[in-house]
Amino acid sequence: MSTIAAPTAGIRRRRVVDVVMTSLCFVAVLVAIAPLASVLGYVVLQGASSLNWAFFTQIPGPLGEPGGGMANALVGTLILIALGSCVGVPVGILGGLFLAEVSGHGRLGWWIRFTADVLNGVPSIVIGVFVYTLIVVPTRHFSGYAGGVALGLMMMPIVMRTTEEMVRLVPQSLREASLALGIPWWVTTLRVTLPSAMAGVLTGIMLAVARIGGETAPLLFTAFNNQFWSLRLDQPMASLTVQLYNYAIAPYDAWHRQAWAAALVLMTLTLVLNVSARVATRQRFSRGR
Amino acid sequence: MLGDQTARPRGTGRTGGPVRAAARPGGARWADGAFRVILTAFGLVVILFVVAIAVKLLVASQLAIRQFGFSFLWTSRWDPVHGIFGALPFVYGTLVSSLLALLIGIPISLGVAIYLAELSVAGTGVVLSFVVELLAAIPSVILGLWGIFVLAPWVRSAIEPALAGTLGWLPAFSGPRYGIGMLAAGIILAIMVIPIISSVSRDVLRAVPQEQREAMYALGATRWEVIRHAVLPYGRTGIVGAIILGLGRALGETMAVTMVIGNRPQISASLFQPAYTIAAALANEFSEATTDLYVSSLIEMALVLFIVSLLVNAAARWLVSHVARPVGPV
Repeated sequence: MSTIAAPTAGIRRRRVVDVVMTSLCFVAVLVAIAPLASVLGYVVLQGASSLNWAFFTQIPGPLGEPGGGMANALVGTLILIALGSCVGVPVGILGGLFLAEVSGHGRLGWWIRFTADVLNGVPSIVIGVFVYTLIVVPTRHFSGYAGGVALGLMMMPIVMRTTEEMVRLVPQSLREASLALGIPWWVTTLRVTLPSAMAGVLTGIMLAVARIGGETAPLLFTAFNNQFWSLRLDQPMASLTVQLYNYAIAPYDAWHRQAWAAALVLMTLTLVLNVSARVATRQRFSRGR
Repeated sequence: MLGDQTARPRGTGRTGGPVRAAARPGGARWADGAFRVILTAFGLVVILFVVAIAVKLLVASQLAIRQFGFSFLWTSRWDPVHGIFGALPFVYGTLVSSLLALLIGIPISLGVAIYLAELSVAGTGVVLSFVVELLAAIPSVILGLWGIFVLAPWVRSAIEPALAGTLGWLPAFSGPRYGIGMLAAGIILAIMVIPIISSVSRDVLRAVPQEQREAMYALGATRWEVIRHAVLPYGRTGIVGAIILGLGRALGETMAVTMVIGNRPQISASLFQPAYTIAAALANEFSEATTDLYVSSLIEMALVLFIVSLLVNAAARWLVSHVARPVGPV
């Protein structure tokens, strides 16, 4: 009896283990998603109740007075993103073209690719300290420029790697067709290869913008912060993230409400960029097939 | 490579078409060469950038390096008033909070990766993958805000009492409960490393050849046994790489940690106590540092963080690329 019963008991045990472990994997997914749901829920609930028109039109008011907003920080963030893009996008695209078109499998290409990936993992606060020693110390000023450069440096490796990947997807026949017409390689690269990959490259830029738009650490001692209207790039510049941070750690209720409102605006920006980038790439890939 | 093809423009255009490159091969070759040089220069910018960071930080931290030498890293007195700086509490806080994050994050991440790569139906898998990756897109300052007002109170009222009740005899889970402290930092870091570890591990598991699974199924294995004995061992190197990548993120994470760790430079056995990390110290003290030695000490910590993050990320990339490379696009 036991010789027959033993294997069935074993199989039953193995099936139980199977069900338990696979269910645990599903539970892990739920546990991983729970914080996202909680963060989104709180940001939307708290943010919506604190968000009002003044948030978009006024600058921070003195403590204790009602009203006040983050118009300056909103504009500051947009300026800093634009400055960062001016630094990060051209370098990223041209560097990405190098990786895809010049040194596809070369040793130098390997090193640059590797460095870009490693750079992507360097803490953003370290980039902030670097830009501080590079720009803030010699000019003796916190400035919008410094903040823009810090963000641009963070963008660079991201744009570079996505550009490379997207340019690699361009069919070889397209380049050959252009070259066969006698068009020089450099014109082919700029007018045929790169434009064909442009949709993907733009998606990469969107993701990079979403990432730097939410960065606080590299701005703390480069752009610093500013409580007033200032569009001067050589002066400290306000940003949503730094303002959010300052308000969040302050002990005042009114400021906490402003912080949640800022979080809602920032979160919306980030999510819209991320989701549309994802949708764009999926359409691209399904069309390509 | 392409440059080589174009170095010899062909044909003179039988139809008399505009084959300018062929008409002036020298000019085209010159322009192509120049373009090549320009692209190479822009590619080299990243390497230049890394070297520049290293040099700048090294130069700017000379004062502290001369003053304290290597003892900077293992003395624990941080006293800006008397000009004595030892980074041990920050190093300790950085390491412990990151390890705590991995301890919490690894099992969950692996569960997520296994579910997404092996168990999910195609449609839900795509959606859930995206949702998990979205977690990585939350700006860390927002996670910190949530940490202050939602997570920390919850840690104080639910998690810490539960841990003290069951494991209170351990020094790690004893002492006064603040909510804000090492434990909260570990949890928030875990939330931040889960998307990284799980998405990289998922890709690693997807790259495991189908034959590997089929062979195991053919032996009559259950789904879990296939995962446990055929899939996970095959992807071990890549998973380790993913974990190290997560470690790199945790070590350098700044804002969310700064907002929930309590920012007190102390070494305490209890996880309920406030602590401090290198990144948090930079965020808090850098713009307020008054003396040159103070600034220089902070920059030396930034240098340490930079070097560690370079090493950790290089190791992780190397491990992951070695696994993912031979498989290619699926």
